[in-house]
Amino acid sequence: MSVALESQIGTAWKKPPFIKSRALRIGILVTVVLYVFLATIGTKGLANYLEYLGVVGDGFKFGTIDRYFTGIDVNWSRIQRGLARGQEFVGGFLSPDFTSRWDHIVQGMYESVVMTVGSTVVGIGVSIPIALGAARNIAPLPVYLICRFIITISRALNELIVAIILVAILGFGPLAGFITLSFATIGFLAKLLAEEIEDMNKVQAEAVQSTGATWLQRINFGVQPQVMPRLIGLSMYRLDINFRESAVLGLVGAGGIGATLNTAFDRYEFDTVAAILLIIIATVMVLEYLSGLIRTRIK
Amino acid sequence: MPQYEKNGQKVWQVRDRNAQLIRWGMWFVLVVAFVWSWKAISDNTLWALMGNVGEVTMDVAGRAVPPRWSYMEKLWKPIWDTLNIATLGTVIALFLAVPVAFLAASNTTPNKYFVRPIALLIIVSSRSVNSLIWALLLVSIVGPGVFAGLLAISIRSVGFCAKLLYEAIEEIDEGQVEAITATGAKRWQVMVYGIVPQIMPAFAGIAVFRWDINIRESTVLGLVGAGGIGLQLSSSLNVIAWPQVSLILLVILFAVVISEWVSAKVRGAII
Repeated sequence: MSVALESQIGTAWKKPPFIKSRALRIGILVTVVLYVFLATIGTKGLANYLEYLGVVGDGFKFGTIDRYFTGIDVNWSRIQRGLARGQEFVGGFLSPDFTSRWDHIVQGMYESVVMTVGSTVVGIGVSIPIALGAARNIAPLPVYLICRFIITISRALNELIVAIILVAILGFGPLAGFITLSFATIGFLAKLLAEEIEDMNKVQAEAVQSTGATWLQRINFGVQPQVMPRLIGLSMYRLDINFRESAVLGLVGAGGIGATLNTAFDRYEFDTVAAILLIIIATVMVLEYLSGLIRTRIK
Repeated sequence: MPQYEKNGQKVWQVRDRNAQLIRWGMWFVLVVAFVWSWKAISDNTLWALMGNVGEVTMDVAGRAVPPRWSYMEKLWKPIWDTLNIATLGTVIALFLAVPVAFLAASNTTPNKYFVRPIALLIIVSSRSVNSLIWALLLVSIVGPGVFAGLLAISIRSVGFCAKLLYEAIEEIDEGQVEAITATGAKRWQVMVYGIVPQIMPAFAGIAVFRWDINIRESTVLGLVGAGGIGLQLSSSLNVIAWPQVSLILLVILFAVVISEWVSAKVRGAII
């Protein structure tokens, strides 16, 4: 009876799997499990575990790869000692100390703001020609390749690494941070702007061209009005990012509020640290809100 | 279109006078802000030392080339650590981000006035502090090493993943949720059959995207002692071993390009 019924109404519905191929599904699962083992307990730990399960004999070793595939060793006694410091930090957040290092905080914030504004302006100024060069629909191939190369380099190098090298060359101070942020802005802004230019409506540029406009006029009247809202939006967003980044560049000596923060950490003054972090968070939130406001108004 | 007459001829203008004045005003503010910033930066710079920047740069570049390839032997373990920090950090972050995202999305949150603000606060505070600052903090709590880096990366990523995920949850098609609800499904069944399948592609995309970012970030965490290849970088810089620095930079560049390639491939396959 029940068999007949089943053939009539069919078998129960099962949720279709996210990855369709069965072999791929199992393969991914096995790889993930193996990886998690290697990453957390390492080959040494894995050998011990297999021995414990009785899969392999006593004294089983993977050999020399133990040196490379080490797991994560967690020093629990160190953490226990550190937790007191963690408590101190949480306590610092409950009673942040703005006053005792106020002069340093103001100086650091001033430097950060200055670096942010300056580098964003310079970054945008340099990004625009590079973006024009990196848009395939208006730039010839050699120019395109050069500009794309600049963008790739700027995106691949982390801000901190650039900052370290520049600090080594230029010495401590906001100049290194300023150049770092300007350089990082290029990779971000030029890439997104170039994509916007590539997506633009060709008809408008052609219409301007058909009036006999020069190249500059074509860019100015055919391209620029189409990408301007996006450019302003991206610039505001980058201003926001540059401020956040300027807060860390100080850790490697490139000036700004990060330097003040680093000093406070080195002195274990967690109440001052908390105060600085709160100021950074507040500034970031205000900036984010403002840039969101401007971006929605432009659209 | 605003026009004005000049010598009996109509002259066309893009903007009227007020709009033009506002524009000029904004440009003026921008220029003033920039000049002020530049002056402040230049006041804090010892220009006397900048005279030989070109020489110093050439000197550094000359020492950095060729990279010391034999040093590679010592880099395999840090590379493995860096990969682990990024990958495990992303996994932990995703586990934490899913509940936070469901609590923060306005259509799935259990309570709009109490739970949602808390979830949003978690997201904002995790996002506003850079992973390096988290690492600095965690190094002083759990001690230097890979574990601190792992925690820093996961704490930083929670906010990012949860934010993107809750935006995806808010944009789901309510029709499917209603259809599941209409069958008499329980709350968790609605989630599993109505919401999760809709956000699954977004979730996978976010995971890979964040993993890519985390690879970049974990390469520098070592600078504050939180494990990974940055540790080797900072010790090489401290002893001014430029050939080692250039090798490490090449490795980092390579890792970043590979991770970007992987993430682009995976995202292309999903979407």
